[in-house]
Amino acid sequence: MTKIFFPKIKATITNYQLLSAILCTFILALTIDSQVFAQGTTPTDDEVNKIAKQLYCPVCESTPLDVCPTEACRQWRDLIREMLTQGKSETEIKQYFVEHYGPQVLNEPPNRLVTYIVPIAAFLLGAFMLFRGFQAWKKPIATQSALMEKARADDRKNGRKGISPIQDPYIAKLEEELKKRS
Amino acid sequence: MIANLGYGILTVTFLVTLYSAFAAIYGESKKIPAMVESARRAMLLTWPLLTLTAAILIYLLVNNHFEVQFVYEVTSRSMPTYLKVTAWWGGQAGSLLFWSWLMSAFASLVTLRKWDRDREFLPWVIFVACITMSFFIGMNVFFENPFAQLYQNQTTAAIAPHTFQPANSILYIAPDGRGLNPLLRHPGMVIHPPMLYLGFVSFVMPYAFAIAALITGRTDDRWIRLTRRWALWAWLFLSFGLVLGGRWAYDVLGWGGYWGWDPVEIAAFMPWLTGTAFLHSVMIQEKRGMLKHWNMLLIILTYDLVIFGTFLTRSGVLSSVHAFAQSAIGPLFMGFVSLTLMGSVALIIYRWDSLKAETEMTSLLSREALFLLNNLMFISILVVCFWGVIFPLISELFTGQKVTVGPPFYERATGPLFAALMLLMGIAPLSAWGHSTVRTLGRAIWKPTVVAVVITVAIFLTYTHNVYALIGFFLVAFVILVTLYEYWRGANARQKTQKENIFTALWNLTARNRRRYGGYIIHLSMMLMAIGILGIELFQVETQGTLEINQQTSVGGYDVIYQDIARFPGPDGREVTRAVVSVYKGSEYLGELHPRIDYYFDAQQTMTIPGQRSTLKDDIYVLLVNWEPASATGATFKIYINPLVNWLWLGSLLFLVGIVIAAWPEKDPEPVTVRASRTVQQTSAAD
Amino acid sequence: MAELTNTAPRRGVPIWIQIIIWVFLVGLLVIVAVQLNRAQEGTVQPGSAINDFTFALFEGYEYNGQSQIKLSDLRGKVIVINFWASWCKPCEQEAAALQAAWKEYESTGQVVFIGADYVDTPTEASIYLKKFNITYPNGEDRDLQRKRPLSQYFRITGVPETYFIDNEGVLRYVHIGPLTSLEDIRAQIDPLLK
Repeated sequence: MTKIFFPKIKATITNYQLLSAILCTFILALTIDSQVFAQGTTPTDDEVNKIAKQLYCPVCESTPLDVCPTEACRQWRDLIREMLTQGKSETEIKQYFVEHYGPQVLNEPPNRLVTYIVPIAAFLLGAFMLFRGFQAWKKPIATQSALMEKARADDRKNGRKGISPIQDPYIAKLEEELKKRS
Repeated sequence: MIANLGYGILTVTFLVTLYSAFAAIYGESKKIPAMVESARRAMLLTWPLLTLTAAILIYLLVNNHFEVQFVYEVTSRSMPTYLKVTAWWGGQAGSLLFWSWLMSAFASLVTLRKWDRDREFLPWVIFVACITMSFFIGMNVFFENPFAQLYQNQTTAAIAPHTFQPANSILYIAPDGRGLNPLLRHPGMVIHPPMLYLGFVSFVMPYAFAIAALITGRTDDRWIRLTRRWALWAWLFLSFGLVLGGRWAYDVLGWGGYWGWDPVEIAAFMPWLTGTAFLHSVMIQEKRGMLKHWNMLLIILTYDLVIFGTFLTRSGVLSSVHAFAQSAIGPLFMGFVSLTLMGSVALIIYRWDSLKAETEMTSLLSREALFLLNNLMFISILVVCFWGVIFPLISELFTGQKVTVGPPFYERATGPLFAALMLLMGIAPLSAWGHSTVRTLGRAIWKPTVVAVVITVAIFLTYTHNVYALIGFFLVAFVILVTLYEYWRGANARQKTQKENIFTALWNLTARNRRRYGGYIIHLSMMLMAIGILGIELFQVETQGTLEINQQTSVGGYDVIYQDIARFPGPDGREVTRAVVSVYKGSEYLGELHPRIDYYFDAQQTMTIPGQRSTLKDDIYVLLVNWEPASATGATFKIYINPLVNWLWLGSLLFLVGIVIAAWPEKDPEPVTVRASRTVQQTSAAD
Repeated sequence: MAELTNTAPRRGVPIWIQIIIWVFLVGLLVIVAVQLNRAQEGTVQPGSAINDFTFALFEGYEYNGQSQIKLSDLRGKVIVINFWASWCKPCEQEAAALQAAWKEYESTGQVVFIGADYVDTPTEASIYLKKFNITYPNGEDRDLQRKRPLSQYFRITGVPETYFIDNEGVLRYVHIGPLTSLEDIRAQIDPLLK
């Protein structure tokens, strides 16, 4: 009587389940999303939502399927329920959705490598640049102490007493501050 | 009539901003100070003009002038007056005007300060501000006229919006408006967009100064000094806009979430990331004179992300619940984005050499080094976000396949980075500027680490074995301990030297070092928010089911009994379906909740309002999913238990406190000026 | 006084870095611009030649004894493609008119009506088709040749939408929204039959 309307997938179901599936669907069509008391294998809303959570509404914008309130989304959740009743696994259900509605229904791009490689590469690049920066900036310490050594040596040679401006760290800092604030 | 007046004033303002921009640079290049002054005055004129325009629009909105297209689209007779006013930013045309109005306010504020020492910046700041303003006003004038009126063609009976009355048509006055999207008719909606816009727009000013600095070649610290406070306030508004958005989503959108990694949310988040990085690395430039290029880059990046984000939201390129409907402004915006992006990059390359710095780093554990690591983390998170937003576009272009990048990607990619940031938040306060060794740092760190480990073990034994949660709580405890320790250390020092009691010590400590200790409060507040986020993300439980009257369902330790339901007309033109459920915990009766569904006739949209009960421990959040009076079966409910989520909101309140403290104007110790007498006065007055 | 600072001579940004930056920037802008263009394109416009596609029909539907329709096989006939969905309320308004039109033109053999079910569930689709007694060829919105939705090729902006293609495979008219009046349908088909 009721035909399964997609030639690719043929479900093998018993007549009894067929009858209850028809009944389910019919009542579902009238009373949206209410639970029907079919025998035994009717999945709970939670089981449906567990899968719906991982999918996005094919039509509304960026809305996960488990929270989307539209008529269409209720139908898709019912479809998941139907497929669970038929004993389909989570992977099979997601596969079905991708085949019929496109890969945009998944909440992650199917090609994981490409998605993750860019941020990882960027992070490594940044870390590398920072590392090189640290190296470059540490060098002047050697220059600095060398300069101070040279200044001290010069002073001793010229018999200058006291601290020359270069050596006095306070004065050096002051000059730096003044330079900055000018 | 009055609508045409509004349009006229808007057009005049457009011309004024163009004049101001070009007079500024013309006067600068030909060395005519009078022209620059004229440009400045013209810019001051924009705010009164735009206020007048806005006042006219609000008048039209409040008085149900449905012949005006914008009024028809965003208001209806049944809306309360305050919502009609806020409908100003409830649609594309109005929100563009709102943007321009805010920009003119900030631009005017900037030009009202004393410019004696920074005369060379002024023309360029005016130029950047006015070009941006003229772009946004131009979009209103030429593409999205908020004052366009509806005319009905006498022959075809077609109704269309026009700026000027076309031939053979008469004004069409609809009996009622379409009304604001019901999702937007909520107090949260009143504040969230203005806050965000305030944040976006106020980042334009630091950018203007940066550009001015690059163009004039005055790339020393001056531009940063001038705009540091602007950047802080901009960051405050943006942060608060983001937090308000999260709270509003949680309360109103009916999916029990506060952040969905929606592309438009991310578009607002990206400038926040670079803004936070900027706030930290600017301290390095001040204390050690380093990173001039980097700070320049950061502020340019922030502005460009703001513009780019606005473009993505309004052009229809992205699909999102937040996005405005497609319109003609897309290509124009694209042009503006390209120009500003390429212009800023060209400028910074041109001036690369002048951003000379005294860069030296004595220790890899010094505060500068840790701040740089912090910047690396923020930028990496930025890359993750940007890539997630752009990837669907690239995928569709090159493979023809549409893909969705959803929360799993963002959570996996940013999780470790946020964790690293928290670790840095704990270590950096203990390290010193310029010099820190493993020994000095280690000595300071080991105590908080040990206590944090103890706390984590306690959590392991009592609450959860979830690895991510344990790492998260360890980091939270670590940061809180370190920050409190910093407070204690500072207050203790004051107590000893100033002989103050602990409370006075804490008060004075914070008051005298607002930026530092306000910043610590911000860090603390972030940790509270982290507690909330860890709770709801890792431990949320939910269930959905259909209940008959008096039937019960249980989840997360709570029992919920469906008591009653009723359907009745509500205010503001809606139909309310309201359920009553009782909540028990074990044998203890906790009260009633009233989840409901509101159906708005004019907009033909439903809103699901949850019934919530909030405690520090968790939230019970009940949604009425469906109920039909005709059906024999019961009502369908969805129940979320969100542990610890209220720490998120608590944290955001503390955040507000922290940032107000940090941004509160201190007497900026101005450097010595030329005249000696003033110098004496300055030093004695300085704290 | 000697400089204690690191003032190594700079020579601006190295040229290879500049090239990378500009390539990246321009590339990004081009990608976004192209996508923006696409987003703003709207549906396929009248005057365009329609590419060949193969369309599978639901069980219980056939055309010329086949359960698939190939567009190129239909050259010489007027084709009406209607995009609909069971969850689409306005679609119900036009269902009767479309079926009546089909009944009128079916016997001439010069017109083919095709119903493409857009983003729908098989169960609901069959209920809808039965409810309105729709007999013209109907199937899931999919082009088997290019393995992508037919609606993507036509760049539909929503449902319902109806596309009228003349007997040389050129699109002549796009109707957005429900086609509730039989006269309107005739008015579009009759000129194409001459």
